[in-house]
Amino acid sequence: MKVMAQMGMVMNLDKCIGCHTCSVTCKQAWTNRTGLEYAWFNNVETRPGQGYPRRYEDQEKAKGGWIRNSRGRLKLKGGSKARRLLSIFSNPKMLNIKDYYEPWTYEYDNLITAPLGQQTPVARPKSLLTGKPMKIEWSANWDDDLGGGPANIEKDPILQKLAEDVTTKVKLAFEQTFMFYLPRICEHCLNPACVAACPSGAMYKREEDGIVLVDQQQCRGWRMCVSACPYKKIYFNHKTGKAEKCTLCYPRLELGLPTVCSETCVGRLRYLGLFLYDADKVAEAAATEDERDLYQAQLDLLLDPNDEEVLKAARASGIPEDWLIAAQNSPVYKLAKVYKIALPLHPEYRTMPMVWYVPPLSPIVDVLTETGHDGEEAGNLFGAINALRIPLAYLAELFSAGDIEVVENTLRKLSAMRSYMRDINLGREPRPEIPEAVGMDQESIYEMYRLLAIAKYEDRYVIPAAHAEQAKDLENMGCSLDGVDLGANSSGPFGQSSGNPVPVTIENFHIMKDRQTQ
Amino acid sequence: MSSPNILLWTVLPYIAIAAFVLGLVWRFKYDKFNWTTRSSQIYEGKLLRIAGPLFHLGLFAVIGGHIVGLLVPQTFTDKLGLSHQAYHLGAVTMGGGAGVATLLGISLLIYRRRTSAMVFAATTRNDKTMYIFLVATLLAGSSATLSSAGVLGEEHNYRETVGPWARSILTFSPHGEYMMASPLAFRIHAVAAMSLFIIWPFTRLVHSLSAPVGYLFRPSIVYRSRDNQSTSGSREARPGWEKVKY
Repeated sequence: MKVMAQMGMVMNLDKCIGCHTCSVTCKQAWTNRTGLEYAWFNNVETRPGQGYPRRYEDQEKAKGGWIRNSRGRLKLKGGSKARRLLSIFSNPKMLNIKDYYEPWTYEYDNLITAPLGQQTPVARPKSLLTGKPMKIEWSANWDDDLGGGPANIEKDPILQKLAEDVTTKVKLAFEQTFMFYLPRICEHCLNPACVAACPSGAMYKREEDGIVLVDQQQCRGWRMCVSACPYKKIYFNHKTGKAEKCTLCYPRLELGLPTVCSETCVGRLRYLGLFLYDADKVAEAAATEDERDLYQAQLDLLLDPNDEEVLKAARASGIPEDWLIAAQNSPVYKLAKVYKIALPLHPEYRTMPMVWYVPPLSPIVDVLTETGHDGEEAGNLFGAINALRIPLAYLAELFSAGDIEVVENTLRKLSAMRSYMRDINLGREPRPEIPEAVGMDQESIYEMYRLLAIAKYEDRYVIPAAHAEQAKDLENMGCSLDGVDLGANSSGPFGQSSGNPVPVTIENFHIMKDRQTQ
Repeated sequence: MSSPNILLWTVLPYIAIAAFVLGLVWRFKYDKFNWTTRSSQIYEGKLLRIAGPLFHLGLFAVIGGHIVGLLVPQTFTDKLGLSHQAYHLGAVTMGGGAGVATLLGISLLIYRRRTSAMVFAATTRNDKTMYIFLVATLLAGSSATLSSAGVLGEEHNYRETVGPWARSILTFSPHGEYMMASPLAFRIHAVAAMSLFIIWPFTRLVHSLSAPVGYLFRPSIVYRSRDNQSTSGSREARPGWEKVKY
């Protein structure tokens, strides 16, 4: 057993209002540069919808992720290493900028410099890639809130898959505008396909916290990672010719601060914490035969941080004590493994993604309420979950390789929590049979409620700062953080809100200056 | 030997070698960040799909042919019992094929660069300069091949002139006069190629030196420790990187 620590995230989709604050603040922090205009390390897509880049879930096109070959071994879907090297001169699976969108700006200058005339001057859109006037036809959120209507939405690869499998009833139900938001960042997978596809060895997984990064000095622009990532979360900086990706805001995490997307999330739906996992078993788990067993295989990789054996092995592999404590308090571990209400996004890609999602329940409650039922009564809710199998099938395609039971159990727990807590809030006698019906006890369902509904800052983000031995390295960050506890109870120098600006080291090569947006 | 000839065939080769080697060392040390293919595939993929492999694979064959042609002495193939006719037939057919592929490839690539607005906008002055030297070298080389085969002008056995000259340079006992005996096309090709080697380290051509062969032999998933690098904000300024101001 080789115990490794992994920083993970959970997003509670019930709370996402699709405001895109995470995307915008992430962009401001990380990709507000020429060459990455089109890059959204964090994006929020409306589902059903095509996602970003368009139809990224169609793995038959870009061949992302892994497959299990006939000998039961893992293989990149894009082909063998030799084949990848042979196609290095032109990656046949590479995405085109049109799969994202052509970035543009407006001729703002014209508004103030246009000569006096009959017409009001206008700011025409101009391509940032060619500098020529262009027609805006697509962008990162063109189908936001089901924009573009059925013509766009029907191209959702999951809807298309469901249309093949299930009866037309599915389709009709979707036409009654079922919709939710899916914020996405890099999954920082345990078995990252991008890392395996990088010919230069520039992509790596950090031993300490499992963050997947690109070494900008070593990347040679072979662009294999772009197509190999099934989530299409590696962006090719077309000015520098190098791959860039979500860094999980590691300069912030190292200080014990949450990522920019988490910190600025209006709905407070993100959770950050540690997983301990068995690195020796990753390849085996990812090669599980049946796709539908992959979720369970992934859960089995996560180790119990309270188990003495695990702790012993963790200490043996050099994980520091404060990290073990953080792992024990980890909200993501609780949501994913203890309560089992957070699910991985597309486990069938076999990358073992480490950003988990609590599937949305709200549409079901709303439908019940609209039809005159008590939307939060346990019996009604449980019944409704079964009745509304259609969204379940969609959710199952996203979160459990199509296994509806997994999603259903999750939603049942969430609805049980609502019903149980309602009795308490209304001063009625709590009903222990509600948690029992979903295999939980009163105490754990109450704790789950605290974590999901109260969701205090220090409960959502349990981030151990960088190694104490390396504290000296942080000295030139502007202030000495020695002896300052930035861990669980973050009443440190930064307070509960961000407070002072945190220096973030984005290094600028001097050439970038010459390449500023025209 | 007149002084311009000494300059061209005895001095220039060493300048080219020095510029190539030292330039690469300098670039690797100070500008790893820009050591990249600067791929434009994200802008345009359809033409590249044909042109990219055509040019690169053709060029590999051309380079292979040069290594054999320049480094293997004629006496060696004579000993093997390979006749001049057979050798040249092989060299011209294979080299000709590779040359055609390379020229076709680069023509398509330049056409693509000029006609795709995005690719053209991303083309730097450095790229354009490099293209001039590269195309000049390729064209001169192709015409030299044709001339050696007797298609253009007189038939010429470059293995008695260019080959020995190249080996004399590499063994540090330069004999410029060998080269002077070769036809004009060969001499132009040699000068163009030496110029190309001089600018090589300062162009995007450097990506040719990072062919990722090691990929075949490394484990799929790469792990790196944060310990080995200095952490954020504290790492030593890398050469060529601007100091972050905050």
